[in-house]
Amino acid sequence: MSRPRHILPGFKLSLGFTITYLSLIVLFPLSMLVWKATSGGWEHMLATLTQARVISSLKLSFGTAFAAALVNGVFGLLTAWALERYSFPGRRLLDAMVDLPFALPTAVAGIALVTLYAPNGWIGAWLAQHDIKAAYAPLGITIALTFVGFPFVVRTLQPVIADLSMDVEEAAACLGANRWQTLTRIVFPALLPSTLAGMTLAFGRAVGEYGSVVFISGNLPFKTEIAPLLITMRLEEYDYSGAATIGVVMLAASFTILVLSNLLANWSRKRTGR
Amino acid sequence: MAAIIDIAPAHSSRPRKATSDSLAARVLIIGTAVGFMGLMFVLPLVVIFQEAFRKGWEGFIEAFDDRATMHAIWLTLKVAAITVPLNTLFGLAAAWCVSRFQFRGKRFLTSLIELPLWVSPVIAGMVYVLLFGAQGLFGPALKEHGIKIIFALPGIVLSTVFVTFTFVARILAPQMEAQGQAEEEAAMTLGANGFQMFWRVTLPKIKWGLLYGIILCNARSMGEFGAASVVSGHIRNKTNTVPLHIEVLYNEYQFVPAFAVASMLALLALVTLILKTLTTTRRGAA
Repeated sequence: MSRPRHILPGFKLSLGFTITYLSLIVLFPLSMLVWKATSGGWEHMLATLTQARVISSLKLSFGTAFAAALVNGVFGLLTAWALERYSFPGRRLLDAMVDLPFALPTAVAGIALVTLYAPNGWIGAWLAQHDIKAAYAPLGITIALTFVGFPFVVRTLQPVIADLSMDVEEAAACLGANRWQTLTRIVFPALLPSTLAGMTLAFGRAVGEYGSVVFISGNLPFKTEIAPLLITMRLEEYDYSGAATIGVVMLAASFTILVLSNLLANWSRKRTGR
Repeated sequence: MAAIIDIAPAHSSRPRKATSDSLAARVLIIGTAVGFMGLMFVLPLVVIFQEAFRKGWEGFIEAFDDRATMHAIWLTLKVAAITVPLNTLFGLAAAWCVSRFQFRGKRFLTSLIELPLWVSPVIAGMVYVLLFGAQGLFGPALKEHGIKIIFALPGIVLSTVFVTFTFVARILAPQMEAQGQAEEEAAMTLGANGFQMFWRVTLPKIKWGLLYGIILCNARSMGEFGAASVVSGHIRNKTNTVPLHIEVLYNEYQFVPAFAVASMLALLALVTLILKTLTTTRRGAA
């Protein structure tokens, strides 16, 4: 297959630099993680992963990240719809605010959230009156993870909603559907793949989150200790292979999320015909 | 006459379009979105500044009259000054080859460039401990030559580069793809060399996106916590960056100084968002 010579320069240079830099900074160090985790053999890996403390921390991390992704799916869809379809005062301000979790350092978000949701905080005091414990409990972790994952759902959905063809909605209305039927049978199925893609990304970001969680979680082993925190504990004890083993599980989750979000993006393109 | 008036609709405005939602639905959806973001985003911001100024301006200023705080700020500036140019250079190269050329494995490469975004910051720190730590792969060799990477500046820089790896490339690549390459091709046909083409044609086209990428990369590198926490060793006046210093202050119940320092980073985040909004408008207009 012969291709015409490309007129633009810099292919070899930019590709070479990209691959070298990527390998040095990301791929080689990550491969060290796998090497370290497997260096003790499968039995050792299995022994680490079956420790009750490791299991409960992984369960907590994946569980709270999943709950946060569900919350973000609902509110992210509504927010993206409002931002793209309606005009209202403050719309641009709201749109700009969506990116706050990208820009705000996680530790800053962490101390702000714990101050709000602690039993003597503005929201925490109100929750305490209703016997709900937010800070130092899984609910607090879920709130922090909702915070960090929210922009992923909104930013994934916005371009899809903007590009949604109005023809089909008009056709549905002409054929006698009321607005609710149009939304649930025409619009929502078209947005479902991207909503799931956004939720997958939010989940992926939330599973590994550390800074915004450690302040609000309370960090009790077996109860409110997330997996990334357990990794830092193991590193401080110089249990490198134990830390690496938990890390490999989380890395596998990252790869899965990357693949899944790509598949969902393809599905979305097929559904919306773009 | 009266009959006609009776038949005519009570309101004179045009009927609602079939593709728009009823007023009640609009109010409900906008209200939910605004309420959710007010609760999740605005309230934490308000709390940061409220706590920072709990003891007024004097308390706020006093927080910065501290050797450890000033050292943390200085260290963070150094880390960002090394990290941001490196990742900007990479972002430009990656965006150029991904957006301008077709090659086998391109989608795989794009996915790998995005990978650091989904890796836990703790893992980003840990991999460098496994490489350069005392018991790491290169640990003994480094010790022999007296080079310190972990619990020192190079380790913090490396892990920060990892965490902020994706941002510039991720913002530039889609923009460059959307803008097309006709102008660059014209420049080359008319006899420009590669450098002239980049400087006079490509750079003006992408400048707003590039600016936003740099700002976001900068905000993230100044605010990185998890990765820096693993590699820094928390040595006061030596390896504590601003976010790590905030953690120390907070855990010592020095709430006003903790929030005062945090409010600086929150301000940086707000400036980043404002610049993003401005550059997006420019990018859209370009």
